[in-house]
Amino acid sequence: MIWDTFLAPFAEFGFLRRALVGCLALSLSAPPLGVFLMLRRMSLTGDVLAHGILPGVALGFVLAGLWMPALAFGGLVAGLIVALGSGALARATGGREDAALAGLYLTALAAGVTLISWRGSAVELTQLLFGSVLGVDDAALLLMGGAATATLLFLAFAWRPLILECFDPSFAKAVGVRGSVWHLGLLALVVVNLVAAFQAVGSLMAVGLMMLPAIAARHWARDVGGMIAAAVALALVATLIGLLASYHADLPSGPAIVLTAAGFWLISLVVGPVDGLIARYRPRPHLDG
Amino acid sequence: MNTPELRIRDLTMTHGRRPAVHHLSFALKPGAMMAVVGPNGAGKSSLLRAIAGLHAPSEGRIEGLSPGCIALLPQQSALDRAFPLSCRDAVLFGLWGESGAFRATPRPERVEGALDAVGLHGFGRRPVGSLSAGQFQRLLFARLLLQDAPVILLDEPFNALDARTSADLLAVMRRWHGEGRSILAVLHDIDLVRREFPETLLLAREGIACGPTEVALSAENRLRARMMSEAWAEQAEICDQAAA
Repeated sequence: MIWDTFLAPFAEFGFLRRALVGCLALSLSAPPLGVFLMLRRMSLTGDVLAHGILPGVALGFVLAGLWMPALAFGGLVAGLIVALGSGALARATGGREDAALAGLYLTALAAGVTLISWRGSAVELTQLLFGSVLGVDDAALLLMGGAATATLLFLAFAWRPLILECFDPSFAKAVGVRGSVWHLGLLALVVVNLVAAFQAVGSLMAVGLMMLPAIAARHWARDVGGMIAAAVALALVATLIGLLASYHADLPSGPAIVLTAAGFWLISLVVGPVDGLIARYRPRPHLDG
Repeated sequence: MNTPELRIRDLTMTHGRRPAVHHLSFALKPGAMMAVVGPNGAGKSSLLRAIAGLHAPSEGRIEGLSPGCIALLPQQSALDRAFPLSCRDAVLFGLWGESGAFRATPRPERVEGALDAVGLHGFGRRPVGSLSAGQFQRLLFARLLLQDAPVILLDEPFNALDARTSADLLAVMRRWHGEGRSILAVLHDIDLVRREFPETLLLAREGIACGPTEVALSAENRLRARMMSEAWAEQAEICDQAAA
């Protein structure tokens, strides 16, 4: 029973093993980025960047077909253009960054879908948008592992500057922290993680593995370190359950993983000790002074 | 304490083309305790932010600065008070000059000492989001204590504080003064300024007066400061006063 349910799929199918290892690696790196985005009140930025990589992926697809390196490179370039471009555009035109982001991602999504539909089939469009574990080859696995490694190294160095920049940007600037550099590094790694994940879970679903564990973790810890630990733990379990559900019930892998993470978020929302609904609204005796 | 003299020379700060601080010159002598007084929109916060290096002046210069010689108490609205950080970690950032982004902090027990000194004994593990405005101000003073800078800039340090918190933080400020540090504080409470601050800079975009408090805050000077128009003069000419 345990063998059949939990182990046999991975023992039998190499692509599923690769998808599992790759997604577990990204479960270590994407949720911490999601926590920092959430703390900067940029929870929707991940979503925007996920749409932003699409025209690059589409262009890679039009030029080279379903060939991983071309798709990944195109996605990386397009994502970085949106990430860096929105900030620059907002500063250059005196507009607001959220307005620039909204404009860019709508354009990117429409351009991406148009490009893919032009040269590809509906099946290929679905695969690029929502992922297919069947597509996880060694190159994709290396990309996922590399992205996770780079992200964890970056976070080890950027930890204090990122926290200080979120908490008190003026103080950070006064003591010589170059906040914008660390911020751009963070956005660049968000793009890298989304690109690495899109083969297994799809470009639109990759952001779910980043943000859902992060916003669920808010209900389990009161400090950044605890939130990140909780987010990573939730993401690891959601990946495992999601991939197994995808195999046994014949569901697309990306939505299966993201729905599992969404389930964890709903549970956290209700029973989480920090600002969970029960903790918030259950009458409790108060201390005497 | 090796406190430098700060010389502000012909400083102009602008938002777009509108001056927030207009051709201001004054000196902050070592160990001075100077209040900055003026109406809303007079450029007081802009001046402090310029000295702290947060905004580049559009004209003029500030002499006497060296790395780490300035510590700034910002207005609370500039911080994310809901950020999930313990009081201990928030105060620990005061030692950034020693630890930087990567190094271990030497003698981190100084944090507990600083929390004790501002009346936050036992608050180390509390999240900053749970603090009242007064407690949060005490926390920022604890961070200033650790920064150990010779020149301390305070932006409305006693706003919205109860009498006891104000008195406690005033005592901390007097201690800094006694140690020979320079203090430049933006304040609205004229009685407090008269009581505690030997020197005052009266600012209304332009420097109206700078010197001994009683002279700077004469009825005539205060009337001039009050005349400063809140609105921007739509027909103002381009300023041709040459930068020094």
